[in-house]
Amino acid sequence: MDNDRIDQIIEKHHGEPSSLIQVLLEIQSENHWLPKAALERVGEKLKVPYTRIQHIATFYKAFSLVPKGRHGIHICMGTACHVRGAGRILDAVQDRTGIKPGETDLDLKFSLETVNCLGCCALGPVMEVDGKAHGKMTPSQSAEVLKTYE
Amino acid sequence: MSDIQLEIDGKPVQAKEGMTLLEAAQGAGIAIPTLCHHEKLEPFGGCRLCIVEVEERGWTKLVVSCVFPVKENIVVRTRSEKIDRIRKTILELLMAHAPDSPVLIDLAKEYGADRNRFEKEASFCIHCGLCVRYCAEVKKKHAVGFVDRGIRKEISFIPEIAAKECDSCKECFPLCPTSYLQAAFVLTGSLSFPPPAPKPPSEE
Ligand code: SF4
Ligand code: FES
Ligand code: FES
Repeated sequence: MDNDRIDQIIEKHHGEPSSLIQVLLEIQSENHWLPKAALERVGEKLKVPYTRIQHIATFYKAFSLVPKGRHGIHICMGTACHVRGAGRILDAVQDRTGIKPGETDLDLKFSLETVNCLGCCALGPVMEVDGKAHGKMTPSQSAEVLKTYE
Repeated sequence: MSDIQLEIDGKPVQAKEGMTLLEAAQGAGIAIPTLCHHEKLEPFGGCRLCIVEVEERGWTKLVVSCVFPVKENIVVRTRSEKIDRIRKTILELLMAHAPDSPVLIDLAKEYGADRNRFEKEASFCIHCGLCVRYCAEVKKKHAVGFVDRGIRKEISFIPEIAAKECDSCKECFPLCPTSYLQAAFVLTGSLSFPPPAPKPPSEE
């Protein structure tokens, strides 16, 4: 992400220090992660100390300080999905992708996270990929779904 | 600024509006234990050790004295069975992280806290925030900050700033109730701005 784009985002929020989180969220959603150079730029422009930016960027799960994969997998570990075997889905996905929750593979293809209830418990166990929910998963189906992503 | 009358531990105390209970008590020579309080810093209310009982119109509640503002006619108790029990538990929890902190050992004696009550989880830092806040509020250097949250919360030096500022300052070191701050600084330094290697003894 280049500095011009970062400056545009900051500009949009009138360079208000109180808009820090909004600015970070926009960079995160466009760039999928927050590179150090971007955070430093934001700090300089908004006049917010780097310690504060670092605290906020590590506090909220919405932010990532490492590059994320092209596809985000969320496995629901909420109660309903849990009792219907979410654990086995997670195992299958971990086997298939070679990564654990919170990690990204070396090809930057997938990032894996667990969540606690996606709000569609009747479909459990649920796996979400790039925001699309795949319901009533079995371990082998989850592997099949992942095959369709490039 | 009008005067406010209140009672602390049976003693009538006068305070100014906007003061905290802790300041009013200290002004009257009544000691309340604190860990995260520092007179040069904004109230933080992080450690909860300074908790006291406040009675107002017949209701008793627990408040954190370093952030609670004084109010007319309240009755404050700085020690009671309940408060001592709470302080004891807070100390025991903190000592699971920093069992050898001299400050905590002294307080533990006072409150009968058992430093082995909870399983040890040596993280050393007790998150009082004194270092972080001192560097930000007094020195305005922001060389050290918090990262992450909950059980993974840690302090972290910004190497670029620490390399420039800390060697000539180190004013936060004596504030740390454990020795974690020094340790974290030495670690940061040796990883990111190692001191020049000592010259080999010259052969004469
Ligand atoms: S390192 Fe020491 S001073 Fe800093 S927050 Fe931790 S316990 Fe407090
Ligand atoms: S528990 Fe999985 S969607 Fe609610
Ligand atoms: S001294 Fe009041 S909460 Fe720490």
